[in-house]
Amino acid sequence: MEYLDLIFQETYKILFLLVPVLVSVAMIVWLDRRVWAFVQKRQGPNVVGPFGLLQSLADALKYIFKEIIIPASSNKIIFILAPIITMTLALIAWAVIPFGVDQVLADINVGILYIFAVSSLGVYGIIMGGWASNSKYPFLGSIRSAAQMVSYEVSIGIIIINVLLCVGSLNLSDIVIAQKDMWFVIPLFPMFVIFFISALAETNRPPFDLPEAEAELVAGYQTEYSGMMYAMFWLGEYANILLMCALGSILFLGGWLSPIELYPFNLIPGALWLIFKILFLFILFALVKAIVPRYRYDQLMRLGWKIFLPLSLTYVVLTASYLFYFNLLPTN
Amino acid sequence: MIAHAIFFYIFSIIAVVSAVMVTVSKNTVHSVFFLILDFISISCLFIMIGAEFLGMIMLIVYVGAVAVLFLFVVMMLNVAQQKNQWFVSKENSNHIPIGLLISVIIFFELIIVIGGWKYKPDLFDQGNLSIVNDVSNTHSLGMVLYTDYIYIFQISGMILLIAMIGAIVLTFRQREGVKKQSYLKQISRERAEGVEVVEVASNRGVKIDD
Repeated sequence: MEYLDLIFQETYKILFLLVPVLVSVAMIVWLDRRVWAFVQKRQGPNVVGPFGLLQSLADALKYIFKEIIIPASSNKIIFILAPIITMTLALIAWAVIPFGVDQVLADINVGILYIFAVSSLGVYGIIMGGWASNSKYPFLGSIRSAAQMVSYEVSIGIIIINVLLCVGSLNLSDIVIAQKDMWFVIPLFPMFVIFFISALAETNRPPFDLPEAEAELVAGYQTEYSGMMYAMFWLGEYANILLMCALGSILFLGGWLSPIELYPFNLIPGALWLIFKILFLFILFALVKAIVPRYRYDQLMRLGWKIFLPLSLTYVVLTASYLFYFNLLPTN
Repeated sequence: MIAHAIFFYIFSIIAVVSAVMVTVSKNTVHSVFFLILDFISISCLFIMIGAEFLGMIMLIVYVGAVAVLFLFVVMMLNVAQQKNQWFVSKENSNHIPIGLLISVIIFFELIIVIGGWKYKPDLFDQGNLSIVNDVSNTHSLGMVLYTDYIYIFQISGMILLIAMIGAIVLTFRQREGVKKQSYLKQISRERAEGVEVVEVASNRGVKIDD
């Protein structure tokens, strides 16, 4: 019975986390389209519900009732597994995101490594989808994305090392608490910029959306997918984007901490601050999508390996030597 | 404790079955996927014995990077047919004895190591491996790795660096007639040198030298 109680409790907690994440994914798609539209002096989705807020729900309903087409020459098991893996991986990473002091589903010692590992697994959904479709465009898209995501992961990893040098712990709550006096965005501002750009590439957002470059590859790895399976790819992608925004705000923008420890700001609960920061980063993501043209593939590789990697490595050396010289290395 | 045991058996059964499937499955890409499943379940086992850092590093390095490259190569080279040949037809079957030999050697090595550890515990010096419980295992790993074993650690880093440079040197070749793009040139292109407005006389046309 004890086990059953424990299982029910945990299930309740997980649902309490996952349902808001899924709802906010739907809302964020709407926000993305609205921002995109406003930059281009359009209205965007504004018909379904107030301000078009229910547009994503309507889309989801449409996807549910559409027929799922599985190509005859595809590798069926892997074809069906791919969107499931993408969405599962995008959702399980939320387990370690802290929304406040002790407001976290799993407060594990290696939280940042866990997120990094899960986001590096995300490439499999895309590769499997592209390969199992057994068609040229999806395959090219998945090959591109494999190379792209692997290369930008390297620079994200090294940027995370920068932050960890200042914190001295792999726990996400510890990372946030270490920013009590100063958010890491101030001393590590160049790293924040590089992290933002790498996160764009890691989540296949424009200007790095080469895996699904519609001008060249139809829809990249998603070409053969339809109905709910396409919607799952889509949900997973946006959940990943939200996760990257959350990671950025935890690593650099102080997570649940309020910007100023003063009276009116103290009253707002920490979870709301984290949500504000995630939204801020997400609006930046949406703006970049609207105003920046797509990168060419060789430029993308050059940016990752020849510019970001040396820059972030140099910054690791700088941070480490600064901390060592002024005796600021965290000790615990 | 029961739940712990149940999870241990689930993960280890998945690990063993997928390891067998790596060698048995006919499609090479499927083999790689089973290999990935194997890596994942083994990292779960690492996490279960409390080595969470090792488990996560296993996920990041093997599953996130090495296996992606595996998959990349296997998909590009189309080795599926070759593998079928080795198993189905009699020709080229001299790969199997060599593979068997290597696996038998590895098996006996494992038996020696595990048997020695089981029946003669003082064979392995555990004196300087002090396990402190109030320090997280990332910290304790770092304390040992960067103090007692610093030379071995550095040497293994050097070996990896040499392997990396070696791989680049072996595969790098200068090809003739490759058109290269100069980013500086492309970015600094102005309208004046890109576009030329030509007065075209009617009915006569114009000749442009490229």
